[in-house]
Order: sequence, then structure tokens, then C-alpha cells
Amino acid sequence: MQNKKFAGFALIAIALIALPIMVGMGFGNAWVRMLDFALLYIMLALGLNIVVGFAGLLDLGYIAFYAVGAYIYALLASPHFGLHWPLWAILPIGALVAGVFGILLGAPTLRLRGDYLAIVTLGFGEIIRIFLNNLNAPINITNGPKGIAGIDPLTIAGQPLTKGMDLFGFHFHGLYLYYYLFVILALLIVLVTMRLENSRIGRAWVAIREDEIAAKACGINTRNVKLLAFAMGASFGGVAGGLFSGFQQFVSPESFGLFESIMVLCMVVLGGMGNIPGVILGAVVLTVLPEFFRYWAGPAQQAVFGQIFIDPESMRLLLFGIALILVMRFRPMGLLPSARRKAELEHLAPSLDDEGKA
Amino acid sequence: MSALLEAINIGKTFGGVQALKDVSLTINAGEIYGLIGPNGAGKTTFFNVITGLYQRDGGEIRFDGVPLSLTSPHEVAAAGIARTFQNIRLFAEMSALENVMVGRHLRSRSGVLGAVFRTAATRAEEVAIKQKATALLEYVGIAAKAEIRAASLSYGDQRRLEIARALASEPKLLALDEPAAGMNATETAGLRSLIEKIRKDGTTVLLIEHDVKLIMGLCDRVAVLDYGQKIAEDIPANVQRDAGVISAYLGVPNE
Repeated sequence: MQNKKFAGFALIAIALIALPIMVGMGFGNAWVRMLDFALLYIMLALGLNIVVGFAGLLDLGYIAFYAVGAYIYALLASPHFGLHWPLWAILPIGALVAGVFGILLGAPTLRLRGDYLAIVTLGFGEIIRIFLNNLNAPINITNGPKGIAGIDPLTIAGQPLTKGMDLFGFHFHGLYLYYYLFVILALLIVLVTMRLENSRIGRAWVAIREDEIAAKACGINTRNVKLLAFAMGASFGGVAGGLFSGFQQFVSPESFGLFESIMVLCMVVLGGMGNIPGVILGAVVLTVLPEFFRYWAGPAQQAVFGQIFIDPESMRLLLFGIALILVMRFRPMGLLPSARRKAELEHLAPSLDDEGKA
Repeated sequence: MSALLEAINIGKTFGGVQALKDVSLTINAGEIYGLIGPNGAGKTTFFNVITGLYQRDGGEIRFDGVPLSLTSPHEVAAAGIARTFQNIRLFAEMSALENVMVGRHLRSRSGVLGAVFRTAATRAEEVAIKQKATALLEYVGIAAKAEIRAASLSYGDQRRLEIARALASEPKLLALDEPAAGMNATETAGLRSLIEKIRKDGTTVLLIEHDVKLIMGLCDRVAVLDYGQKIAEDIPANVQRDAGVISAYLGVPNE
């Protein structure tokens, strides 16, 4: 049993190490870059999953915490303020500050649920973006809509990851190194989420989602436990934001619009709310599929019709919408529903058989 | 016998409606105390005031010798009052076992750090929570259904599960809001022996009920509410003969 488990982990590890190499050789570095983004979205989606999936609090402004993390990195490691702090110092600060923002934005919404909560969080998300847009006067903090450029690349042990690395006679492009760093952090976040899910705190979150009044009657301090969900979710977003900032080496407020919030929410919902593998799958599918269409839809039309009828960019959104509708119609619990519901289905199966025999 | 819960002149209004007016009653440690009254008499309101779901407008509550100031439900639960709900409130998507495990919240402490680093203390606590929850499912007689989703349990089992979840916090006072509502005679008899067992094992029980037979057979003392006021408090046999109670239930005969 122990051996089997170990073999499983080893297999996953080899697959994760080999993936960018295969993708890079097969399809080119642009697709490795997409893998990097998929990993960032996995971290974001797992963070939002704590708030939406576990605690059941519909948050439409989640991208604000991604923005906070990204700007923290941008301000502490760029020529803008002349600061060049190391990655290991900035990431925890970014997580912490984002977590504090999570509490600040969560606190006024504690009494709200459902649609009302969604509207208020949507507003908060926009407030952060608008702040970033306008905090260039009287003191220039964020450099306004122009954004912050020339951000230090993610650097480990004095080696900027952008430069790549030669190992075993193979040149690892910088995108590969980013991938490996992101994989490690994403796995860390997966581990933290899994452990939280099966803990006293995780159960309290689900209890609040299922019935807040009953949760209170069980002695759960719903205010604190909800704020904890906001803070944990936000801090994951802060980490992802910091990585994004060092990866792109440029941030501007327009990367953190409402559409991004909705995108991350869709990843959570499409994959399977509250279920970690589902959320990961949702993040991968929604990062890769649209890009896939963007790359292939134009040339495919060119080849078949000799001209482009529909702009691939708008087609991307169209297909995205269709995909969501199909999922909601045929798999309303998401692509990978949570184990809880699956166990329920398995419970039903034998009883249906029995009825058939009777 | 010593008083476990003393409610003194409890008042509660909703807008212009006086739902409770100067209700005073004392529940002694170790008894099964019944609260009855016609529909709309204020039983559930009183219940919600006691358990912190509503804030009272006036009066005092002393629990186990300590005044309960205006508090929130989770603080009342921490003080030692656990409750069930008239229209069952379980965590529908969680298994029966998980429901009871949530009930252990007050009796466990691990936080985020303990969970993330899975410290020895946290692991030991998780094992203890699971053991206690399993034992409680056994206690209320639904151990075989531990892994079944709460929403899929039969109605009677859901009532039992709610009691197990309330007991998980090891309360001094267990407050049951119409636990027999919608049960058939067999289920009610089972519930009755369960409540007796709970009392025997040292937990005081407050019971709101419509089933007069159950109340009369089970309770040591009964209070009757009518239009937000207490009109009687006595042993069941005396309450049954009380003229005020009879007229509250049946109306006053015409002259």
C-alpha cells in the first residue's frame, strides 16, 4: 500500500518534470509559457475555492488580491522606488498584505450572502483597480494607468530565472525554470488547501456554507471563521500575484479587471466547486482551451474558407460561453464534482439494483 | 435541586407585537423541563432568546450561576447550551459523521497552523474528534449510517443526528425544539427513551413540544405559555388540570 502510494507520487513527479520539456519540444515555447500561466491560475483558483467552494461566499472581486500581490512585488523589486528586495522576502509580505486586504474587504460584508455579497465584492474589486489606476498623484505610488515596467525577474540564489540554465547538456529556457518554481509553489498551495479541507477549520467553513445558523449554534464563531476564509483565499492570490509580477516584469491596472475575476470564478465553478482536483482541472482547461482556439481558429478558417470570417479573439469568448453552458447543462456540479457527491451517487447505485431485482 | 437556568422577566417585542412578556422560569439541573403552549404562544421565541439567536429586550438570564449578558449564539453554545431546530437544520451535504464532528468544534482547538503543519497535537485531536463523533452516532442509534449524507437520511434519523450533533459539545442544557414533530408513534417512543437516556447520563433537557402525551409522560415540570406570558408552571398532572391552561387550549366556554 505504502509502496503503491510512493509509486503514484513518483509517477506524478516525473510527469510534472517532463511536461514542459515535452510541450516545449512538441509545440514550442509559447505553450510552455501558457503552462506557466495555467499554474498561476491554479493558485488563484485554489485561493478563490476556499472562499467560494468551501465557505460558500460568492466573491466577484477576488482578482483584487492578485493585484495587491502583484503591485507589492512591483513596488519592492523595480526601479520605480529603486528597491530590489529578494523573492523570498517579497512573497510572504505579498501574501500577508493580501491577507490583510482580504480581512479589510471581508469585514464589512460579513452579514451579506448570495447576490448581495457578490455585488459588494464586485465593487471592492473595482475599487482596488481604480485605486491602482489613480494612485499616481499627489504622490506617485502605482504609476497610474501606465503601470510599472522593468520589474526584476524572479530570481533564485542570485540567478534570474529569465536567463535559463544549462543542465545535462540541455538548455532550459527561462520559461521552464518559471514552470518548475510555479509547480513547487502550486503543489505547496494544493497541500495547504488539502490539509485545511480535512481539518476543524475546513469543516467549520463547509458548515457555514451549508447552514450558517446551525453553524453558530454549534459554537462556531462565524465572523472569525469567515474572515479566516477571506484571508487565506486572499493570501494565495497575493502569492500568485507576486509571481505574475516577476514573471511578466510589467504590471498595470488593466490586468486586474472584472473579467479576470469572473474567469477565475468560472474555473472554480466549471471544475467543481469545493473539490481540489476539479478546481485544478478547471483552471487548466480554461487557460489552455481559449489559447488553443486563439492559435488554431484563425489558421483553420484560412485553410477551409480561404479567409477569416470570425475574429479568433471574439470566437474565443463565444466558445468559452458555449463551454460554460454545456457544463452547466450536463455536469451542473462541475467537471469533477466533490467526492462527497460522488460517494452519494455510489450509495445510490446498489439500491437501484436491488429495486430492479425485487 | 439547584437551578441550572434562571430566566427572569424576559421580554421580546417584534415591532408592535409583544412576543414575550415578563416570562420567568427556572430549570433545575437534571430535570426534563417542558415548554408548551398553543401555536404562536412564544415558545420558539423564548427558545431563540435563550440560545442567543434573538436579543432580548428586557430581563435577565442566569445560567449555571453566571449571568448570560446579551450574547451571540456561539457564545451561548460555549456557555453550555446546545440546541436543535424545529425545522431540522443539518449540514445537508456533509455525512452524518461529519455533522457530529462539526459539533465537536467547541471541544477542540486546532487552528490553521496546526492543520497546515499537521502537528502531533492536531492529529491526536482529529482522532479524538472522530472517535467521539462515532460514539455519539452509536449513542443515538444511527452508527450504521455514519457515511451517509445528512440530507439522504430518513426524517427520524435526521432528528437523531441533530441531537447527536448538539450533544457533541457536551452541553449542560440540551434544548430541543419540537423534536417529535412529524414523527410516527414508533419513532416518538424511540425518541422518548433517547431523551430519558440523555437525562440519566447527566444532561438537563428543555423540551418544546406539541405532542401533549410525550410532554406529560416525559417531563418533570412543565411551563405553559399563552400570548407571550407564562400562565402555569407545575408538574404535568397539575398543569393538565389547570383551568387557565384548559381555557388557553380549548377556549373559554360561553356563559
